[in-house]
Amino acid sequence: MDALFLNQLFNGASLASLYLLAALGLALSFGLMRVINMAHGEMLMLGGYLAWMTLLVVPGALGIVLAIPVAFIGAAAMGGLIQSTLIRRLSARPLDTLLATWGVSLILQQAARDLFGAIGVEVRAPDWLTGSFMIAGVTLPSARLFIILIAALVLGGLALLLLKTRIGLLVRAVNQDRMMASAVGIDVKRVDFTVFCLGSGVAGLAGVMLALLGPVTPNVGQSYIIPAFLVVVMGGLGSIVGTTASAIILGLFAALAQIFVDVSVAQMLLLVFVILFIQVRPQGVIAVKSRQLDA
Amino acid sequence: MIRSRLLLLATSACALTLTACSGGGSSNAPTGDSVSVGVLQSLTGTMAISEMTVKNAEMLAIEEINAAGGVMGKTINALVEDGASDPSTFAQKASKLIESDGAVTVFGGWTSASRKAMLPVFERTKNLLWYPVQFEGNECSPNIMYSGAQPNQQALPALEWAVAQGHKSFFLVGSDYVYPRTANLILKKHIEKGGMQVLGEAYVPLGGTDFSGVIAKIAQAKPAMIINTLNGDSNVAFFKQLQAAGISTKTMPVMSFSIGEQEAKAMGATLVEGSYAAWNYFQSLPGDANAKFIAAYQAKFGKDAAITDPMVHGYLDVYAWKAAVEKAKSFDPDAVRKAAATLGGFDTPMGKVSFAANQSLTQKAYIGKLKGDGQFEIIADSGKDIAPEPYDALAFPGKTCKL
Amino acid sequence: MPDLSRLNPAKPFLPWVLLALGIAAPFALSAYDLNLLARFMAMGILALGLVLIWGHGGILSLGQGVFFGLGGYAIALHMKLADLPQGEIPDFMVWSGRESLPFWWEPFASPAFTIAAILIVPTLVGALFSWAVFHRRVGGTYFALITQALALAFSTLIISRQDVTGGFNGLTDFYSIFGIGLASPGTGSMLYWVTLAILCAAFVGLRWLLASRFGILLRAARDGENRVRFLGYSPTPFKVVAFAIAAMLAGISGALFTLHAGVVSPALIGVVPSIEMVVWVAIGGRYSLAGAIVGALLVNLARDAVSSAFPELWLYLMGALFIFVVTLLPRGLAGLIKGKAA
Repeated sequence: MDALFLNQLFNGASLASLYLLAALGLALSFGLMRVINMAHGEMLMLGGYLAWMTLLVVPGALGIVLAIPVAFIGAAAMGGLIQSTLIRRLSARPLDTLLATWGVSLILQQAARDLFGAIGVEVRAPDWLTGSFMIAGVTLPSARLFIILIAALVLGGLALLLLKTRIGLLVRAVNQDRMMASAVGIDVKRVDFTVFCLGSGVAGLAGVMLALLGPVTPNVGQSYIIPAFLVVVMGGLGSIVGTTASAIILGLFAALAQIFVDVSVAQMLLLVFVILFIQVRPQGVIAVKSRQLDA
Repeated sequence: MIRSRLLLLATSACALTLTACSGGGSSNAPTGDSVSVGVLQSLTGTMAISEMTVKNAEMLAIEEINAAGGVMGKTINALVEDGASDPSTFAQKASKLIESDGAVTVFGGWTSASRKAMLPVFERTKNLLWYPVQFEGNECSPNIMYSGAQPNQQALPALEWAVAQGHKSFFLVGSDYVYPRTANLILKKHIEKGGMQVLGEAYVPLGGTDFSGVIAKIAQAKPAMIINTLNGDSNVAFFKQLQAAGISTKTMPVMSFSIGEQEAKAMGATLVEGSYAAWNYFQSLPGDANAKFIAAYQAKFGKDAAITDPMVHGYLDVYAWKAAVEKAKSFDPDAVRKAAATLGGFDTPMGKVSFAANQSLTQKAYIGKLKGDGQFEIIADSGKDIAPEPYDALAFPGKTCKL
Repeated sequence: MPDLSRLNPAKPFLPWVLLALGIAAPFALSAYDLNLLARFMAMGILALGLVLIWGHGGILSLGQGVFFGLGGYAIALHMKLADLPQGEIPDFMVWSGRESLPFWWEPFASPAFTIAAILIVPTLVGALFSWAVFHRRVGGTYFALITQALALAFSTLIISRQDVTGGFNGLTDFYSIFGIGLASPGTGSMLYWVTLAILCAAFVGLRWLLASRFGILLRAARDGENRVRFLGYSPTPFKVVAFAIAAMLAGISGALFTLHAGVVSPALIGVVPSIEMVVWVAIGGRYSLAGAIVGALLVNLARDAVSSAFPELWLYLMGALFIFVVTLLPRGLAGLIKGKAA
């Protein structure tokens, strides 16, 4: 039991990293614009396919390292396109944004099916990512260690960006009070756009990580997007710390529950856990303080 | 009352369309010089990738037969419908094919869910379905011809082979649906009866890609062999994460029941190389009939197209129907099914097979080992033809097939 | 386009013509087409519930499939038991390794219990679930996301408990309902009329409800939840009651659909079908009861016609149509006909 427990603890950490990478973009844009992009899962998919294509062009050990910026930029561009053509028009109607972006997700999935085939493609991880380490009876696959490392780097980078740069200052200002920020001359639309691109890019990067663990298929994003939504719900409005905490809690919960129950039941328990959690803390793990009544 | 006005418009529009579509009830006796049959597979949704190839194989057989003069002097008119990977759509389309479009028989279905949903339609209309995929047994309807393997024609021969190789403990992993759970139930009974061990059993939702928990359990249980009934994409994730966790399929071999040539090719064969699969047909089977079928299929659908067991079953179903119609000298489903069951052996790409009295196919089982090019090296076969047993005597005592 | 808004009350006979057409349909349509129409009408009942919660309550549910499934499974349980020879258990339990009927199946042998379950279970689940979320003032986008997770969890759970639910296969192979053979002549028409009657009743009932004080407060809570609070009302009970009614309608819809389709399975109740239910209403018009019914009929007819001939096209079409309607035509088809005056 002990080895299994430790193993699952580690698996929970890697699952949490994936949840976090998938949810960060959602949480950032939600904090700013109060909208959820249902096509966010397809940014993961796009990242996966871009990684696959990069490896076709640059095979070898470093292909995967190159794939990371490629996927980031590609997904960010696609996110920017969606934001500027669709989401911006719907900014005052969050529920309609949800639905319209679901339409986008449907189209993107079908396009991937037509372009790359329904069966999916396989990204071959380089040798330095296929091995594993054994520590105290626990197997640590390098691919999963790599994912945890990347998630930590992304998180650190984002924190620096938000806390230390001018754009970070603007984002925080809009996050706290959109009207006021606009009144003092911040171009809120540009901030929205930038954050949306950034968030989509992180999702694209998450797609590369998923490609290390499984096939890239047209609906690869779907299996991680619903847990990512739950992370956002539980995380609290626009707080990176809250999102991170919530991703860790849910990732560990999902992995540890699997010691006792099937994956299917674990999924149900995850939802029950989130509903119970909002009974206690409806504002999420961490809430940004605001005097606004109607958010 | 604007709402009502709108409703009126729509309802009358719908009513008109519907009336226009319905050609009135027909007794489905072919008139003129053509005969209609249904081809009902999922062309959209999650199952489309697998079912599309079966549709292709069925259409190929129909075209070949038409080119050779048709059935009893009539050209076959194939009506293709989309089951959309949804059981209720399968039932709806089956009923459309039979009741509105006059199909004398239908080829199709893949998942057990689709077959179960169609079964009442075929029984009600007294029509005949030709079902091409391996399944969990436990069903026999007079209105279905089952050409795919029963558990005793695929799963159990695979187990016997594994035991003969000296494997004594097993871990069962599968996608969460009916075939894996029931096949594993049967396997467990046989494993326990043989005094061997089942060290664990785990199911992952269809399409699931996170196997970290399952693999941790496998690593702890250390079985001699993994028996894998995962479906589709999940296989890639499973093998990849197995490899990443340092478990080699050389020391812990995997026997799969749902990986065919198509899946192996898509997965990147290097990942699954050396693992085993059990089927009634492999593309690498020798024989002229097989070579001819492969050439015809690849000429039409691409020279790299993989050929799989369900495709061959779909293909031979059409020929079996033709032979049965000619024997019965009638398109009447009841006459055709009786003729089919007494047809005796007929030649197919997978060799000589025949339909048993319980309307399932008598066929051989083969064990293949995956090679680097995505093809299987056939390393064992059941030798004799295996008679189909819809109800496993050990797992379901007292159950028999009553037609 | 003539000014249709003046038709009322000048032409009060229109709804009656409509009703007459609906009643006469079994004489004009083939059995297959009648079954199809009945199926889509059953879906229309669910769509009516979405108008109540989404159009007038501002509550977007991406999990109506759950309640649809509860109703569908309730009636399926009854029909499975009704056809069972004495002392046997349903076939799928046998091949899943079960030896006895689970205790919670047994009461479904009674028709009265089944009908009560179809009406009460979805309502109760809907009420409890929405109360748990709304009373903590969580709503809007969060609520939509949680309902989607609910749809996923519910369908996954049904699949994983194959021994008592039929799993991925769902439940099928029904022969009779309340002693009437499903295949016997006349049953199809009768079930169709029952569906039509329930659809009309739901339509009339909701029209009344939306015009009542309840409807006014529901809309008020949609437009300014905190203002309603300042006026001394708690919006939570209104939203919970509306959600429970919509859940009940979805349950009835699921039960009727199962009767017509002859099968209920997880494929009908998961994440994607649940969103498609919202698509019907978005296209028909989220504020309009009649629009929702038309949306359910049209989208399903179109799917039937398009998906076989052009399987790939269907998904593009559906996605594009959805984006178009939601962005540019939020009132749906009903908005087109009513014009800006409505």
